[in-house]
Amino acid sequence: MTAVDTKDQIYQVLETIKDPEIDTVSVLDLGMVEHVEIEGGHVTIKMLPTFSGCPALNIIQGNIERAVKTVENVDSVEVQFIFNPPWTSDRITEKGREGLKQFGIAPPPKYLEEDGSWHVNCPYCNSEYVTMENIFGPTACRSILYCKSCKNPFEAMKPISTLM
Amino acid sequence: MTQKFENPVVELLFQLADDDYLFSYRGSEWLGLAPHIEEDVAFSSITQDTMGHATVYYRLLEGLGLGAADSLAHIRPAAERKNSILVERPNGEGCYMENPRYDWAYAVARSYIYTTAKKIKIDSLKSSSDQSLAEAAVKISMELYYHLLHWKTWFVQLFNATEEARNRMTKALEKVVADSGDLFSFGDAASEITNASLIESEQVLLNRWTEYVKPVFETIKVAVPTFGKPERNGRNGEHTNELQDAIDTMSEVYATDLAAAW
Ligand SMILES: [Zn+2]
Repeated sequence: MTAVDTKDQIYQVLETIKDPEIDTVSVLDLGMVEHVEIEGGHVTIKMLPTFSGCPALNIIQGNIERAVKTVENVDSVEVQFIFNPPWTSDRITEKGREGLKQFGIAPPPKYLEEDGSWHVNCPYCNSEYVTMENIFGPTACRSILYCKSCKNPFEAMKPISTLM
Repeated sequence: MTQKFENPVVELLFQLADDDYLFSYRGSEWLGLAPHIEEDVAFSSITQDTMGHATVYYRLLEGLGLGAADSLAHIRPAAERKNSILVERPNGEGCYMENPRYDWAYAVARSYIYTTAKKIKIDSLKSSSDQSLAEAAVKISMELYYHLLHWKTWFVQLFNATEEARNRMTKALEKVVADSGDLFSFGDAASEITNASLIESEQVLLNRWTEYVKPVFETIKVAVPTFGKPERNGRNGEHTNELQDAIDTMSEVYATDLAAAW
């Protein structure tokens, strides 16, 4: 098996590593994987933390190390969290955005208004008629909103940008 | 005799780490006690982010060979801590376990002053000569954006609410200002820290802070406070007894088994 095959397999495995709190999106969908390096049997995976205090990071790290170790020709795995480039919410892929919606979480807005405010649609009925209940939600990366059309409370991924 | 600081980045990292660690600890004592449920969610989220920031700095120290991040956070005694006096002060009378009579006005005033000061430092750190510190600052800045928005809203709204609210905020702000003498200080290591271009000088940062908060203080019709010379300088390890109490509480679990993997 060539190194290219090994890398493909590692990426396939990474596709199965889900956010421990949102099982419809993988670490790849979230744009957290910056770099995979193979040197002999040693694999180094450079990851970008979404939020620096996110308690899921340790769990993700352990899950990746265990899973990637099962790939053929891989003897050891090291996961490193790096800050450069910084993770921003526009790194979430289209597939990731769909996965978030399936879970009832509105994907992060693609644009910020000039005053820094932002707008998302309801993940259930797509209505624009929503209000912000709490910019801080049950986890560091989410806000709590309410849809006035279908009368559901929902969560949205906060926009995170270097412009902030 | 002047003390020599061989590695100014270590001095600065301890100041930044200990500030966020203590600020986060005081925030965590509010858990379940905030004025309403939305605020409880928001405040604890900010507190968690802030502990994340402290962790980033302690890990950088670990990388520099200073010891494990967890033990740097938990078991260093008060005399070795470099946090400002402001963040070590208790939330009010009583204890979070029993009869907490915490002062929300004080929490808002302290959080607003601390968070705006942190914003000014983080912006300066983005151009730090230390690459890892500069990268960490970019990351922290994006989260800090939401914290600032939050505390500014409370700060302005309470000052401009009822007479009682305004009186309580005025008193709380006085208390905060009295403890902020070392907030922008780098202590005895200041010249080494500035000469190494790790961050801009105390005076530059302080002037920038004054400009930054001016529009908000205009909104509440209060003069921008000036900080006096500190009675104790936390950056030099001078602290109140309240700090050791906080460290003891915070490290209680960790200290039960120093070898355990948490
Ligand atoms: Zn809806």
